[in-house]
Amino acid sequence: MTAPELVCPAGTPAALRTAVDAGADAVYCGFQNATNARNFPGLNFSTAELEKSVVYAHAHRTKVLLAVNTFPPAGQTSLWKDAVDTGARLGVDAFIVADIAVAQYIALNHPDIRLHLSVQAAASNPESIKYYCREFGVKRVVLPRILTVPEIRAIAGEIPCEIETFIFGNHGLMVEGRCSLTNYVTGLSTNLDGVCSPAAQVEYTQDVSGNTSTRLGAFTIDCVSCAETAGYPTICKGRYTTPARDGGYYAFEEPISLNLASMLPELMAAGVNALKIEGRQRSRAYVKKVVSAFRQAVDQVAQGKEVQLANLLSLTEGQKETQGAFKSKTWR
Amino acid sequence: MTRLTLGPILFHWPAQQKIDFYAKIADEAPIDTVYLGEVICSKRAPFFEQHYAKVTERLERGGKKVVFASLAEVMLKRERKMTEGLCDMQDHEIEVNDTSALLHLSGRPHRIGPYMNVYNEETMAYLAGRGATHFSLPIELPGKAVEVLCQHAARLGLSIEVQVFGRASLALSARCYHARAHSRIKDNCQFVCEQDPDGMPLKTLSGQDFLAINGIQTLSHTCLNLLAELDQLTDVGVSDFRLVPHTQDMVGVAQIFRAALDRELSAEDAENKLGAKQFPAPFSNGFWHGQPGHVRVGRSHDSPSI
Repeated sequence: MTAPELVCPAGTPAALRTAVDAGADAVYCGFQNATNARNFPGLNFSTAELEKSVVYAHAHRTKVLLAVNTFPPAGQTSLWKDAVDTGARLGVDAFIVADIAVAQYIALNHPDIRLHLSVQAAASNPESIKYYCREFGVKRVVLPRILTVPEIRAIAGEIPCEIETFIFGNHGLMVEGRCSLTNYVTGLSTNLDGVCSPAAQVEYTQDVSGNTSTRLGAFTIDCVSCAETAGYPTICKGRYTTPARDGGYYAFEEPISLNLASMLPELMAAGVNALKIEGRQRSRAYVKKVVSAFRQAVDQVAQGKEVQLANLLSLTEGQKETQGAFKSKTWR
Repeated sequence: MTRLTLGPILFHWPAQQKIDFYAKIADEAPIDTVYLGEVICSKRAPFFEQHYAKVTERLERGGKKVVFASLAEVMLKRERKMTEGLCDMQDHEIEVNDTSALLHLSGRPHRIGPYMNVYNEETMAYLAGRGATHFSLPIELPGKAVEVLCQHAARLGLSIEVQVFGRASLALSARCYHARAHSRIKDNCQFVCEQDPDGMPLKTLSGQDFLAINGIQTLSHTCLNLLAELDQLTDVGVSDFRLVPHTQDMVGVAQIFRAALDRELSAEDAENKLGAKQFPAPFSNGFWHGQPGHVRVGRSHDSPSI
């Protein structure tokens, strides 16, 4: 079996080198502005940093995929076009895009550079994917984390491009590119500004009995007793109440991470061409450990060996993991 | 010219309730365009399919234009078939809410719905080049961006629609949160969403009203209300004003918005009349003003929305 490409997060130049050294086939990264979906303080690349990083990655035969995967607001497309032109000049191997205008700009102006359809485009069926392939010559689709492996296999048989799926990291519950929850609470948009639960509006407060409330903007996202660890207040991982239930419950999902290590053979057999590790906002230590472990695991599967995966659980959010939508339709 | 439109019913209302609702709209509401079709959950679709012909006929007899809206999330075989079948219809316009429909419709005139990510003029122009004539814009788009889009739309001969009333759709998922709240899964949901005809309320642990659940969809708790902004919307070039159906007196709501658009009612009188309809949630207009969506800008004497 041909080993699929291992696509790894590079939130900073240091993380990029770490991922390259740990065996990434490709790294993905973005510029320090709203043009990418992880527009967080302290993350991402300046032009000079990306230039050096591309040289480093290519010297180690690692590809660099540039995420330009947010949606430019009306009247502001030039920032996105500049990001694309800069990426092209620095020699990135592919652009990851979601917006039709950005895709069209690349197809017209940089037709020799590969176009990958971001998960933010929410293409979850063969017709949507075929549309983007036909219109813009998309070479690879990053599938939303909402499909089972048999469904992915069925899609693979119907589309004219490669498939990339997430295998590890944050487990977003809402269809990416179709979530305005952060904007509803904070006034900053995930699609337009590239932020999800921005840290500047996060607050942890403790009451007299030691309970910690986590808040985002004006809203309480969770409240934990002193015996529990308070998670980051992501709206879709919070606890809420509703008349049909007694007490607070995780209305959308628990704070939990995706880990498909044990499903690698199935995913590879289903025709997945690239495996994506989430976590551009995570530390170098995280990147090193996760990328090394998956490098080994993917090679083992490709050689027909049993997967011996180091314990990745300690790195997962809330120290809990799930196979999410991939394992069974019952997740829905 | 300004047109008042009625968006698709987002919630799972019993078939008879929908039939009665549309009969009343056909006869009494000053609405120009009605969007029909199940946009949220393909499992609900069969309950109403056999009624579309009659409902369409009734609405058209009442002088309404009928447009069919496509599913916003397409994953399963039946959803792909539903979308393809809808796009095969030749006698009515289609509103596209997922790119899958674009594959079928390219080259034919169609509308782009609010679930499509049309945030800028170049995306709009691209879709117009493939047959799109009318754009219902994403809910979170601020007024400034709407203005730019309207300028380009005017040049291209396109019409622009903005939601002005009803809960705001905030997110879609593959998971059914209605089923989850009742410890079920989507495949065995037993249509529990029928219990919440305006959405299932979610409160925060400190008791704040927060969100409303509608199957795979998450909506705002607050009710979008752009009555006070109607002049701004018309000034920038918005031509179509969408009301999202709720169980409240929608004929009355439509009459208030129509009168406000026609300047037969002052913004303040219209506000007071709408307030008297007692929608069980505060109003919000934050998205239009580039603020958090839940807030209400410009009405400092109102109680806060949370």
